[in-house]
Amino acid sequence: MTQDTLLADPEVQHRDRIVIRFAGDSGDGMQLAGTRFTDASALFGNDLATFPSFPAEIRAPAGTVAGVSSFQIHIADFDILTPGDAPDVLVAMNPAALMANLADVEEAGLLILNSDAFNERNFAKCGYDVDPREDGTLDQYNVLSVPMEELTKLAVVDSGVRGRATLRSKNFFALGLITWMFGRTLDPITDWIDKKFGADQPVGKANTMALKAGYNYGITTDAVHYKYDVPPAKMPAGTYTNITGNKALAWGLIAAAQLAKLPLFFGSYPITPASGVLEELARQKHFGVKTFQAEDEIAAAGISVGASFAGHLAATGTSGPGVALKSETISLALMMELPLVIVNVQRAGPSTGIPTKTEQADLMSAIYGRHGESPLPVIAAASPGDAFSTAIEACRIALKYMTPVILLSDGFVANSSEPWMLPDVASLPEMPVSFATEPNGEDGEFLPYKRNEFLARPWAIPGTPGLEHRLGGLEKQVETGNVNYVPENHAAMTELRERKIAGIAKDIPPVTVEGPENGDVLVLGWGGTYGSIRAGVLRAQQAGYNSVASAHLRHLFPFPANLGSVLRSYKHVIVPELNRGQLSKLLQAEYLIPIESYPKIMGVPFKATEIQARIVATIEGDRT
Amino acid sequence: MSATATRYQRSDFQSDQEVKWCPGCGDYTILASVQNFLATLDDVDKEKHVFVAGIGCSSRFPYYMDTYGMHTIHGRAPAFASGIATANPDLHVWVITGDGDALSIGGNHLIHALRRNVNLKILLFNNQIYGLTKGQYSPTSEVGKRTKTSPMGSIDYPFNPVSLALGAEASFVARTIDMDRNMTADILTAAYGHKGTAFIEIYQNCNVFNDKAFIQLTAKDEKVANRVYLKHGAPIVFGKDDENGIVITSTGAAIVKVADVGLDAIHVHDVNQPDPSVAFAISRLSHGPYGPTPVGVFRDVPRPTYEAEVTRQLVDAQAKQGPGDLGDLLASGGTWTVT
Ligand code: SF4
Repeated sequence: MTQDTLLADPEVQHRDRIVIRFAGDSGDGMQLAGTRFTDASALFGNDLATFPSFPAEIRAPAGTVAGVSSFQIHIADFDILTPGDAPDVLVAMNPAALMANLADVEEAGLLILNSDAFNERNFAKCGYDVDPREDGTLDQYNVLSVPMEELTKLAVVDSGVRGRATLRSKNFFALGLITWMFGRTLDPITDWIDKKFGADQPVGKANTMALKAGYNYGITTDAVHYKYDVPPAKMPAGTYTNITGNKALAWGLIAAAQLAKLPLFFGSYPITPASGVLEELARQKHFGVKTFQAEDEIAAAGISVGASFAGHLAATGTSGPGVALKSETISLALMMELPLVIVNVQRAGPSTGIPTKTEQADLMSAIYGRHGESPLPVIAAASPGDAFSTAIEACRIALKYMTPVILLSDGFVANSSEPWMLPDVASLPEMPVSFATEPNGEDGEFLPYKRNEFLARPWAIPGTPGLEHRLGGLEKQVETGNVNYVPENHAAMTELRERKIAGIAKDIPPVTVEGPENGDVLVLGWGGTYGSIRAGVLRAQQAGYNSVASAHLRHLFPFPANLGSVLRSYKHVIVPELNRGQLSKLLQAEYLIPIESYPKIMGVPFKATEIQARIVATIEGDRT
Repeated sequence: MSATATRYQRSDFQSDQEVKWCPGCGDYTILASVQNFLATLDDVDKEKHVFVAGIGCSSRFPYYMDTYGMHTIHGRAPAFASGIATANPDLHVWVITGDGDALSIGGNHLIHALRRNVNLKILLFNNQIYGLTKGQYSPTSEVGKRTKTSPMGSIDYPFNPVSLALGAEASFVARTIDMDRNMTADILTAAYGHKGTAFIEIYQNCNVFNDKAFIQLTAKDEKVANRVYLKHGAPIVFGKDDENGIVITSTGAAIVKVADVGLDAIHVHDVNQPDPSVAFAISRLSHGPYGPTPVGVFRDVPRPTYEAEVTRQLVDAQAKQGPGDLGDLLASGGTWTVT
């Protein structure tokens, strides 16, 4: 698309997909504008994927590049997998937002600028020496300058909101304009405003007035030559909702508790980007969910282990630094052989790192980050919607094998959203749990560490007469669970714990390959890179590289039983990861085959084009 | 407490595990006191008791109790116990801890359990030393104490555990002495009857690494002069023939001769006083078991328990929204249908 074609056809451009990014100061309400447009697009029937990006500092100075917050949405008339590599349309509420995002924008993309914020003071704050609209910086783009603040002020005169507060509605003005450009109706947005702010409250009125003013600005002003049509996607039949990973994960825990017929207990301590799970669960008390905001990460884990001992389906949520603090408690739960789900919504580390940015660098920590020989199952969510069933799977394993399970999500999965087809609730498999009620020993005694065919021990909860027993961190005697320091017993218990977890490999689905069953390249991923990898592989295939397949791991420990033979079916195995190659190392250690690691450690997801380029480079490399 | 209790014997609470504390350790006496007390509780099924401990000599306690129990992580017992009690408010959850466990590595969990008022009975065995690791100074050791890690004398100013608990919004605070079985029994009864967190400091003799730390409160010739028994509703008097008494002044609690001021001027102990200030002042009479030291119940005030409030919110939410329906939940964010 060039500038000429745009201007030559000012009516409607038909597109199969488009990427829009809303960017502004963190106080400008860009997340809100983005999510409202997302919901309107979802209801319209587009497939979509979103990616919010927050400033790393909550109180970064207004008007600076550090304070810029953005929300990207990719809408399409087909099944899309990522929030898009480069925006076609950028809404920039101030010069800092333009500066922070311009390099990402597609060539000849459309820039919608809030011209009221383009003044000398704001240029100085973000480091533009001169007005970027006048020095040629924006020559290769289409620019639409709109005095959004002035127009918003005029629009909300009768709302009851006065003074500078009127400017707060300017995000709705921008949203109204975009809604018009993409031929959406305002109804879902105005309904939401009425519900959120009150239809007759000044703020509610002002937001609706600004929204309509933005919409009407599009209709009536000659200045706007741009209008797009992205038709609804042909998605599989079903009922959909737009969902973020944190919400899906919380709902998955609730579903698991229902399927297990146990009350859900969630002990947690606020931490970015995992707090959303605690917040969502705290809202669902009518499901009998007990949330416990603990005094610290360690307590959050301990409280949850206590609830597990007492017979609840217990989980705790955190991010990398919190997992480090919880690790001693996770080892204890492993020793006590109590079910517990530990959710790690990974973020860029180490240490405080970049809390608002995504990363997958806690895989080794999940698998090996404990003292002693302490194997436990590790699984990961591939996308926002996938977090729902991954959470159920984590609970299933924890309950069936009486073990802590680490469930990995990441900042991208947690905060981004996608349309998710609602599962048929009635068809979700039940996972009944039976507590021990009778002694299991030959002499009528209770043996808390006597194991079943899955090597799981019985779960006897306090309050059950006759089964009084003590759990603890000291090494246990086989079967009786009494404290025991005999060397052979320690070896036997260590092996039992190891075999129990290794046996889970027989109880998980084999890894499936999308694409040819053998060939030149397998791109193997895990966790939140699913969409980027699929999109990159599809692009490579469309470009004629047909001998390329992809596979994605949900179970990271133990691995699916067929993984080794799958890996051996390809000449190259490329493993893209948002870390320095952790899965690659694990695979090489386990299967003794060469793996081509493709690490990225920039706090942002892979672009589909990056994956595509990596595949092409490998195949072309073979040819030369 | 019923003297004719018959349902349980002490032996019902003794596990089959050999007790491995050092001979002569104060822990034995406390174990017996607790087992004897539980045996008096006719109306509580023994499977409802859960003993939770951290790490340390005292924290082996759950292994010796034939009840449900958890031997957890150094300092973290209040957290595990809070989870158990919140999950199942029908249980009676006891925390066994020591001065290092509760006040050093676990200080944070202790103060938060106290302010939340989870229905826990916390028994802090204070022996003013690290016993399990063989004799290092603890957060209640006196300044100047020479130990393996303080060869020139400890320079750490110690906590007064009762003052700490009172400052941390505890609703029940008491202190007893391992050898004083009658007082311990009375305090266990009061703590058991209290709804919420009950904090009991027990002076416990570690005869191996810190013998006679409480000698001023236990030696025949000294204990009368130094044990200041707190009795609800009675003037606080102590010493030979109750010759001494406590008055509360604008600068705190002070010891006076009863003969000098008259009995009417002596402070009448009131454990139900909502404001903890006077109880705190009384706790400052000694900073450790040196000289006249108050023992007994300092404070016992009603406050809603954490788990009762958790349950109330669940009931309220269900009354308002009905029991949760998974299908409704999944559709709650707005849906669209593709045909
Ligand atoms: S070291 Fe001290 S506290 Fe520990 S068991 Fe021996 S006497 Fe008791």
